[in-house]
Amino acid sequence: MIASHLPALQVVVPLLGAPFCFLLWRSPRLSWLLATLISWLTFAISIALLVTVNNSGTIEYAFGGWQAPWGIEYVVDQLNAFVLLIVSGIAAVVFPYSWISVQQEVELRQQSLFFTSMVLCLAGLLGITIAGDAFNLFVLLEISSLSTYTMISMGRDRRALTASFQYLIMGTIGATFIIIGVGILFMLTGSLNMQDLAQRIPELDQSRALHVAFGFLITGIGLKLAMFPLHLWLPNAYAYAPSAASAFIASTATKVAVYVMVRYLFSIFGVNFSFQTIHIQWLFVPVSLFAILFTSIVALFQRDIKRMLAYSSVAQIGYMLLGIGLFNVTGLTATLLHLFNHALMKGALFLAMGAVCYRIGNTFIDSMQGLGKQMPWTMAAFVIGGLSIVGVPLTTGFISKWVLIQAAVERGWWPVIIVIVVASLIAMMYIWRVIEAVYLQSRPENAKNVSEAPLSLLIPVWILALANLYFGANATLSSELAGNAAATLFSGTGF
Amino acid sequence: MAPEILLIWALALPLIGGGLTLCFSRIPNLREGSTIVVALALLLVVSQLLSHTLNGETTQLTLFEMLPGLSLSFKIEPLGMMFAGIAALLWPINSLYSIGYMRGNKEENQTRFYLFFSIAIFGVMGVAFAGNLLTLFVFYEVLTLSTFPLVTHKGNENALAGGRVYLGILLTTSIGLLLPAIIWIWSVAGTTDFTAGGILYGKISGIPLTVLTLLIIFGVGKAAVMPVHRWLPAAMVAPTPVSALLHAVAVVKAGVFSVVKIVVYIIGVDTLTAAPWADLLWILPGFTIIVASVVALNQDNLKKRLAYSTIGQLSYVVLGTLLIAPFSIKGAALHIVAHAFGKITLFFAAGSIYTSCKKTEISQLNGIGWRMPFTMSAFTIGAISMIGLPPAAGFLSKWYLLLGAFEVDQIAAVCVIIISTLLNTAYFMPVIHAAWFRKESNESVLTYGEAPWPIVGALLLTATLTILLFLFPSIPFSLISAIPL
Amino acid sequence: MDSFFNEVISGALGRYNYWVVIFLMMSGFYVVIGSTNLVKKIVGLNIFQTSVFILYISIGKINGGTAPIVWANAERYSNPLPHVLILTAIVVGVATTALGLSLIMRIKHAYNTVEEDEILAISLEEDEDE
Repeated sequence: MIASHLPALQVVVPLLGAPFCFLLWRSPRLSWLLATLISWLTFAISIALLVTVNNSGTIEYAFGGWQAPWGIEYVVDQLNAFVLLIVSGIAAVVFPYSWISVQQEVELRQQSLFFTSMVLCLAGLLGITIAGDAFNLFVLLEISSLSTYTMISMGRDRRALTASFQYLIMGTIGATFIIIGVGILFMLTGSLNMQDLAQRIPELDQSRALHVAFGFLITGIGLKLAMFPLHLWLPNAYAYAPSAASAFIASTATKVAVYVMVRYLFSIFGVNFSFQTIHIQWLFVPVSLFAILFTSIVALFQRDIKRMLAYSSVAQIGYMLLGIGLFNVTGLTATLLHLFNHALMKGALFLAMGAVCYRIGNTFIDSMQGLGKQMPWTMAAFVIGGLSIVGVPLTTGFISKWVLIQAAVERGWWPVIIVIVVASLIAMMYIWRVIEAVYLQSRPENAKNVSEAPLSLLIPVWILALANLYFGANATLSSELAGNAAATLFSGTGF
Repeated sequence: MAPEILLIWALALPLIGGGLTLCFSRIPNLREGSTIVVALALLLVVSQLLSHTLNGETTQLTLFEMLPGLSLSFKIEPLGMMFAGIAALLWPINSLYSIGYMRGNKEENQTRFYLFFSIAIFGVMGVAFAGNLLTLFVFYEVLTLSTFPLVTHKGNENALAGGRVYLGILLTTSIGLLLPAIIWIWSVAGTTDFTAGGILYGKISGIPLTVLTLLIIFGVGKAAVMPVHRWLPAAMVAPTPVSALLHAVAVVKAGVFSVVKIVVYIIGVDTLTAAPWADLLWILPGFTIIVASVVALNQDNLKKRLAYSTIGQLSYVVLGTLLIAPFSIKGAALHIVAHAFGKITLFFAAGSIYTSCKKTEISQLNGIGWRMPFTMSAFTIGAISMIGLPPAAGFLSKWYLLLGAFEVDQIAAVCVIIISTLLNTAYFMPVIHAAWFRKESNESVLTYGEAPWPIVGALLLTATLTILLFLFPSIPFSLISAIPL
Repeated sequence: MDSFFNEVISGALGRYNYWVVIFLMMSGFYVVIGSTNLVKKIVGLNIFQTSVFILYISIGKINGGTAPIVWANAERYSNPLPHVLILTAIVVGVATTALGLSLIMRIKHAYNTVEEDEILAISLEEDEDE
């Protein structure tokens, strides 16, 4: 009985849980416990959903028994079951971590609110992923975005406020673009259901209004996923947010936005329209190549390591768009695989930075000098995550890059491969900067001596670090999931 | 034991050794004792593997598969066996030497030193037994990264600057050139497994093949073909045992070994012969040999001179490979062995001198032979081997190289080898002459004798091995004749 | 000639709702981008969003259509769905505005100004100090 309602529960559990988190505002610890419990529950649900989808195919869940296209529908197929797993999995690791970190970084009276926002954000992200209709997607997108702005604004530095405000403006413009696009689609087809839209759009192939809708949607989603050069909100937002929030957002929010992009391009507009009528690849390939190189270089010069990681994220998003732009099944597999892998590596890196921040109060490279001896476990996890960003074999980063390069080889685009290799070299340099400071410099004279981060921070960090190694050494599972989803998307059967 | 199990032990033992040094970090005697025990155990395991290989068995083992067709796997073949054999034989001797050197010079952070040394040996074993290019690449990088803390062991600005050059060049070339080459090979051949006769026959030809070969020659930065040789002199800031094992044996040999292995088992000798300008490729190492020898002539610092000599000697191996004659490739393989024993002896001697009287410049060495007779005798033997005179092992490999050059009618290459032999003589003879025949300057009031016994013992052992290898070369010969050409 | 003008004029004026939407959208967008005062930015954002609300509502209206309640005399019904959608969107818009305004209050508290260029100058100074 419960099993048949799993798709609804996936979103309803965190959505209803959030108010209860808020009601416990007198005791932040209780609301944190509740949040953690919710994250584990949603993780369990997403595993169950993935297993069900793999065994018995796509699940379509009609809310209240109202059948699509009239009723609201949740659809779980191989693609979003995979994304649901990523989002809830990261949440299940980050939420337990957040307690200690938030205690230090967020004011006491805001702590419960922070946990509430985190749960709401989780609900929004899961909802975006699972929603089967375009308008629901918009609403849930705004739920997640609003809670994200809230979390960012709780950072200790006052610049967190401006970062949050800037993100709010950019994000709302993006969301409004999305709903303009959805509105035009609705005018053209009279439908909001994704499957329904997918069936009706091919007839309108040459309609100018459809092209306009496409433009609005791609720009709007591009703003949300920090597509270069619409990424300006991202570095400040990630740098000044509380560490737990940075880790959670960096490894989930942009991933979900990439998922939305893939969903629109492949399932709703269809491969023919997106790639053969509009030729979106001629936008994505140059933009992403430029993003990969440019933001990697900018990352080299950052003093704040959290901000460096944020720039690196923009570059990594470039890899994902590049995979889409390569326009073959392997390329899309690389994109989806990188969704998963990048969530693991950036999660590990940001969590490690959170642990550093917990001990020394900031994440500047010069105050991290010589930390390798004092926080060996935290820094070792950082190194693993860093190697993964560089793409060293036996880490997840290598797998993504390998598949991506394979896709470029299939296309015969050698310059793309050169860019990927050069960007990996730059990534090596910016990770090396940190390694050199941490291991080869000695602790500054006036710096206080610190000890290793507490276990409740270390364990989540190491779960993600080890996941990086495991899925780097044995990528059969993740690449199969991504490969199947990519093949389904390309076959045009959409859902 | 089954060879597969032995193979796992060969990879695991260095790591176990590293673990033990960490456990015993507070008890120096136990720490260094365990290193030696583990090194001897590794020698035993590798010699067992050697007997299996000499019986003509091939052993394969896949550790894990990352993606279909992309795996970390190992395969024992004669060439790799030879490389692993050298490393395993020299590790215990070097450990003995390290103990003398590190204690004699009161170096700090000795646990870190032994730990990363063990990891580096782990990298060497992985490179030697790699079953495909990807595995080779992974362990190649393990070796690069694990030797970095050794190079920068002193921790001062100078060491860090040297380390930066070291890491910068090695990582940039391997990621920027070798990795794309691997991807390229994989994309045309669909595999990167080392296979007798190569895997590229009929898959790639013409100019692209030549370009690919160049990518490999320069991508394997550890082979130090000019202009990617600069890391080697830079790495001489390392303590001498590191320079000795890693920069005379492990790191540089991993480089030239990779070149030979890729040419023989990936590109394929016949395939490469057909490539345009293949008969001119040898000019790159030929140029390196001459230039490095000339530069070595002008170095007063003993370790620097040895470093440039190493660059030249490494290029003999590359030269032998790129002459693409069966004899020359065998000569190249043999030279890996011969040079290893000779050069480690020379470095040991340099370290021995430094330990006992802190002298580093050749101009300070007048008459030192009578102060340190064992050290300088060993040095002389090593130098003879470098020049390529009997009764030292260097003679054999040079002989094969010359035969190979004649076989493919490359008279210019013959000239290069002969000229460089003269140059080798020119930069080693002054040292020997000064040590034995010059009078010590009168200002020297220092009294000193031989270095501590572990140092002397180690260098006498390697000097003896250099001569033994000339007298009884049957094991390396049977290995190189088993290389499928 | 006459028919041509008729076509142009009816084409242009017949879709006047779009002109209104476009005008509002662009002015709102301009205010968001162009003004340095944070409150004005929020005002611009609201205008920008309102234009979308009008877009949705106006397309739901059908000439001669009546409210979507089953009634014997009705010839055709207007589509109620856009109204419902936009009610939701308005809620989202209100929430965004509320959050934006409360952020501005805290920014005012922290920086003692709500002018973006002044805040930027202060931030730059802070960056240099660190």
